[in-house]
Amino acid sequence: MKKKGLKIATALLASSVMVFPLLLNGCTSAPGAEKKEVYVYNWGEYLDPDVLDEFTEETGIKVIYDEFETNEVMYPKVEAGAVQYDVICPSDYMIQKMIENDLLQEINFDNVPNIKNIGNQYMESASEFDPGNKYAVPYCWGTVGILYNKTKVDEPIDSWSVLWDEKYKGDILMQNSVRDAFMVALKLKGYSMNSLDDKELEEAKNLLIEQKPLVQAYVVDQVRDKMIGNEAAIGVIYSGEAIYTQRENSDLEYVIPKEGTNVWIDCWVIPKNAQNKENAEAFINYMCKPEVALKNFDFITYSTPNVEARNLIEDEEIRNSPIAFPDLSEYDGLETYQYLGAEGDQKYADLWKQVKAE
Amino acid sequence: MTKILKKIYIGLIFLFLYAPMFTLIVLSFNKSKSRAKWGGFTFQWYGKLFGNSMVMQALINTLLIAFLSALIACVIGTIASLAINKMGIVMKSTLMGVTNIPMLNADIVTGISLMLLFLFFRFKFGFTTILLSHITFNIPYVILSVLPRIKKMNSSNYEAALDLGATPVYAFFKVILPDIWPGLLSGFLMAFTMSLDDFIITHFTKGPGVDTLSTKIYAQVKKGIDPEMYALSTLIFLSVLVLLILVNTLPAGNKKKKEID
Amino acid sequence: MKSNKFVKMLSIPYVLWAVAFIIIPLLMVFYYGFSNKEGKFTFTNILSIFQAVHFKSLYLALLLALISTVICILLAYPLALILSSMKGKNDHLIVFIFILPMWMNFLLRTLAWQTLLENDGVINNVLQFLHLPTLHIINTPAAIVFGMIYNFLPFMVLPLYNVINKIDQNTINAARDLGANYWQTLFHVIFPLSIPGIISGITMVFVPSLTTFVVSEMLGGSKILLIGNVIEQEFTQNSNWHLGSGLSIVLMIFIIISMVITSVFDKEGEGNAL
Repeated sequence: MKKKGLKIATALLASSVMVFPLLLNGCTSAPGAEKKEVYVYNWGEYLDPDVLDEFTEETGIKVIYDEFETNEVMYPKVEAGAVQYDVICPSDYMIQKMIENDLLQEINFDNVPNIKNIGNQYMESASEFDPGNKYAVPYCWGTVGILYNKTKVDEPIDSWSVLWDEKYKGDILMQNSVRDAFMVALKLKGYSMNSLDDKELEEAKNLLIEQKPLVQAYVVDQVRDKMIGNEAAIGVIYSGEAIYTQRENSDLEYVIPKEGTNVWIDCWVIPKNAQNKENAEAFINYMCKPEVALKNFDFITYSTPNVEARNLIEDEEIRNSPIAFPDLSEYDGLETYQYLGAEGDQKYADLWKQVKAE
Repeated sequence: MTKILKKIYIGLIFLFLYAPMFTLIVLSFNKSKSRAKWGGFTFQWYGKLFGNSMVMQALINTLLIAFLSALIACVIGTIASLAINKMGIVMKSTLMGVTNIPMLNADIVTGISLMLLFLFFRFKFGFTTILLSHITFNIPYVILSVLPRIKKMNSSNYEAALDLGATPVYAFFKVILPDIWPGLLSGFLMAFTMSLDDFIITHFTKGPGVDTLSTKIYAQVKKGIDPEMYALSTLIFLSVLVLLILVNTLPAGNKKKKEID
Repeated sequence: MKSNKFVKMLSIPYVLWAVAFIIIPLLMVFYYGFSNKEGKFTFTNILSIFQAVHFKSLYLALLLALISTVICILLAYPLALILSSMKGKNDHLIVFIFILPMWMNFLLRTLAWQTLLENDGVINNVLQFLHLPTLHIINTPAAIVFGMIYNFLPFMVLPLYNVINKIDQNTINAARDLGANYWQTLFHVIFPLSIPGIISGITMVFVPSLTTFVVSEMLGGSKILLIGNVIEQEFTQNSNWHLGSGLSIVLMIFIIISMVITSVFDKEGEGNAL
């Protein structure tokens, strides 16, 4: 009995001794030596997981994959520098913020020849927040609109004002991210979504507070499942989810409100502290392959800026779908978010907190 | 209070505690993805669960971190308890006060304080930082269950062993360890469960691509819940049940062994 | 004496560990809490608790934690009484049954309540089936209170059970012999003796309820901001560590207050569930 105790104790000690080198090993990361891996930080459900396996198979580079919910959650992690991602997929205004705060490095486009597949118009829009197209490779684009359930809403919807309609109390899903929430309120009032005017923002805040009792929940990725599951009548959603949700539940309809909305582009970027830059470029290049972009499109149904991939779409209805590939010139009041500076960010964050605490 | 009233009360509380568990178990066999509809009986979510390498990796991480952190906490905690036992009142109460901090403080504060530390000293966030954090909040549980055993221990045995020429280390394994073994074991189990259950501290100290079950579930909740998670909860529930029944029958076994000894 | 010195030296690894991973991290919270972005000393972060937004979230957290704690006592006390009166060969097993849910993963427990309470969830489907009016409590403070009670009830039951179970049966018998009826015995004998258990249960329920951000996030639909949510968001979204740390210090003050109250009532440490 006692001998057994001794044996166990020695085993415990021995294993703890073995653990310590492991601990030390974890603390020091050998600089310079590029490993066969790439750290990817992407939105939730934003690519076909099979693509990652195929990438590893083709290149031998292991993908360590992580997801974020909003641009705002992603930013502090990268800024703090404790986590070294190699590829990230932020949106337009966040890329601008990261460039201004010196968090990104230029991409070596010799390693990304597939950039040729990205449509010129998208590179042009990207140059608005990334002058000279040095940092960002467009991955997906779209609008923000209203998804509604035809069995629960019998009137045609064409305005953000429906989100303030008492009739739908408890059946409304709002976006749980500061810029999207304020965009809706600002646009309803006819203001710019990049407003820094105190009076306009105050009005928007009051509108959002007024709306709060009608809102079932503030969500981001959950809008999709909740709308498919008939748990709500109306939801604010990214256009990319529209085709997917309609595929699962044919009662759902997507509209771009007449007051205008946000046109966004999410792009691959490489942060300054990336440890595996060449692997990151290989990853971005792989994502720009037409077959891969098509595969991702089929899975996530977000509009792809990859022209070659769009040409590969077999279903003509989807290839020319006004939801997936809208002709933006038909809509009024479209804008893209801009980075509003540290002070502007703080202003929005404070107001959003006031809405949430009400 | 009459017997019937007592039974009804116990029954109600039992229902309150187990209805949620039962719901999860039922849903894990539901063919339909929706929680509102019963789409027929299926085992498919269990199959998908085992095929999901990310969830399986999170499970392995959870168990590994729980085991290693409990183990290391036991080593550090036991050694510390030996010393604390011999300390003067001032030193002792100071050290015990510090020991109590991670246990009494809010998890969120412990979590952010460790995050700030790791950020400041440029640790690479990942498995190591989670492990270090878990060891930190596990040590107090070990000390609290080992220290009373050491206090009760007869120190003359240990001194006798030293007088007879045993080295302190040898004497520790031969004399002290068998005495404190039950305390150490319960400390280990407590640390293990605390680590398994933790979400908040892991949330602040985890790094890219490293997930425990808790952080994985939290991410799933944000994205929309997959019925695989119901299958997972059912399996966890069953293993906890089996484990507790085993542990519960263990003390009786121990007593018998002692009597034979 | 020499061996004593050696034994005392054994504390060194732990002391180093405690300094590195308990003391220094806390000092960093204090450093950030009392400084601004330029690194200058300031009280702004601490005092920002009086801003309407933060004060509201603290008030709501205190209120919900208080309600949960009171309901936990009301539910747990009779249960602990009944459990301790069941002296049989299976008494251990029964106690285990009541604390078993505690061993389930915290997030799964909360997820279970989400599933139950949702508008289109299990409870409402049962109610609909029985043609009863449906409940709309998901994403309200009531749902959060449910979640808190469910998650932390065992922390109240355990210390109460331990304390009541330890009361000497002779004391109770003496009271009964002296003519006290069941209720008199309960109020004048058992209840006073069980106060340490109540107090320890209160801290074990109150502190996690007060500081949670998970329960409010999952059952409140991100509509309800408790002080824990504010702190979490300052760190994970607004990258304002100074404000987050300042509010954490305020939170710690409330924790210390509840600790002090505990130690006044529970000098013997009798109520310790561990």
